[in-house]
Formats: sequence, C-alpha cells, structure tokens
Amino acid sequence: MNQQRVKRILVACGTAIATSTLVAVQIREEMEKRGIKVETRQCKATEVPSYAQDVDLIVSTTPVPTDLGKPVIQTLAFLTGLGKEEVLNQIEKALKEE
Amino acid sequence: MIDTTQIRLPIQEENILILSDPADARDVIVRLSNLLEQRGDVKPTFVEAVWEREQNMPTGLELEGEIHAAIPHAEVEHVINPTVGLAILEYPVTFKCMVEPDKDLDVRLVFLLAMNEPKKQIEMLQQVAMILQNPELVQRLSAASSTKEVMELIGKIDST
Repeated sequence: MNQQRVKRILVACGTAIATSTLVAVQIREEMEKRGIKVETRQCKATEVPSYAQDVDLIVSTTPVPTDLGKPVIQTLAFLTGLGKEEVLNQIEKALKEE
Repeated sequence: MIDTTQIRLPIQEENILILSDPADARDVIVRLSNLLEQRGDVKPTFVEAVWEREQNMPTGLELEGEIHAAIPHAEVEHVINPTVGLAILEYPVTFKCMVEPDKDLDVRLVFLLAMNEPKKQIEMLQQVAMILQNPELVQRLSAASSTKEVMELIGKIDST
C-alpha cells in the first residue's frame, strides 16, 4: 500500500559532458519499464563524494571512490552493450534493497 | 546482410579519416582535431584539451570481439559547432579503458566528439553507442577502404 518513493541515482562520468547523459537516459527508460521510479542527477567523477549523501545509488563510467556508504556500479554497458541486462538487474536489485 | 537502417550518425564525409599509419593515440587525436579545427568547428585549444583529458580520464571502450573503440572529447568551451570526427585505423593504437584506466585496449575506431550542449546533442552519442553495440557493423567499419563506404554504412543521408 505504501507509495513507492522515487529513487535517486547519481550518474557520473569523466566530465559530465557526454557519457553520463547517455547513461542517465537509458537508466530512466529501463527502470520505468521495470516499474521503478527514478530520478537521475549527473556529475563529474571528482564531484561524486559531495553528492553521494543525497542519492540511493551511484552509477559511473569511470573509477570513483567506493567507500561512500552508497552502492556503486561502475560500468560501460550503456555504451558498449556488453553485460547491459546484467547491469540493469544489478541496478534494480540495489534500488530494491535500499 | 546487415541492417543499419536505424543508424544514421550525423557525420560529414570530410570528417572521416582512414589511417594506414597511425603512430599512437595522440597522433590520431591530433589528426582528427586538426580536421575539425580547419573546418572551424572547434577552437585551437580543443586538441590539447582532448589530449589532456584523455590522459587523465581515458575514453577507450572494450567491445565484443577484438576490435575496440575510443570516444575522446573535451569540455564544451573548446567547441564552436557540434560535430563528430571518425578515424578508422588499419592498425590498432593503444587507448586506456574508461572504466579500468590500467587496462590497455587495441583501438581501431576513434570517434572524436565535439559537443557544446550535450543534452541537446545526445543523438550523436546514442548513434555512436548503437554502432559500437553492433559487432558486425564494427567489423565492416574497421575494414572500410574508403570514406564513401563508411558513409554508406553509418552516414546520414542528408549530411553529405
């Protein structure tokens, strides 16, 4: 009965120019298909520590600290297609566990 | 047959290079950047901005199979008109992997992205990703012997 809270995902890449936009769009579309409401916020990899507290999950295409107390998924699947389904399952699982 | 009807990269034939003698990643970035600069699409500062970024935050992408790709780019302030350059390398050069910077990748396809309003220009990158996710197309592109052939494989009909 409880209203599902909108999950927040921080999407990081090197400069927050190109790849994070592509990743964010795909995560929003795919999670919507799975019935999960998400909001995405994009940032540079170096900015991740300062935004991490406000989100449920961090998805990055470039190395970021993994000790921020939030789940971190580092993946290129949204660019290369390799392992994309698996990553989407990981994202779904991380959001449900939150 | 390979179905590429969905794939229409907004690229000009003049921005495609087929290189038989690429020296290294920097060489490819410099040659592609010079091309875009000559056409007035990027500022003279673009090339070094791309190279500096590549060293700090590499853009190599590991694909299925043996052919890999890279998508070098720079901050928006170095770009005048959004565009993309493509180098097809007959011999691979080494780029570092974006998500695992210690890993070397043998790269044969380099898409140099020049974007100034990425949220509006997402189509460019979506098209690049669609190309990279099609192993047969990647194979055909890497073996292309002319820019015309490349345009037939991935080009937008109205951009020539």
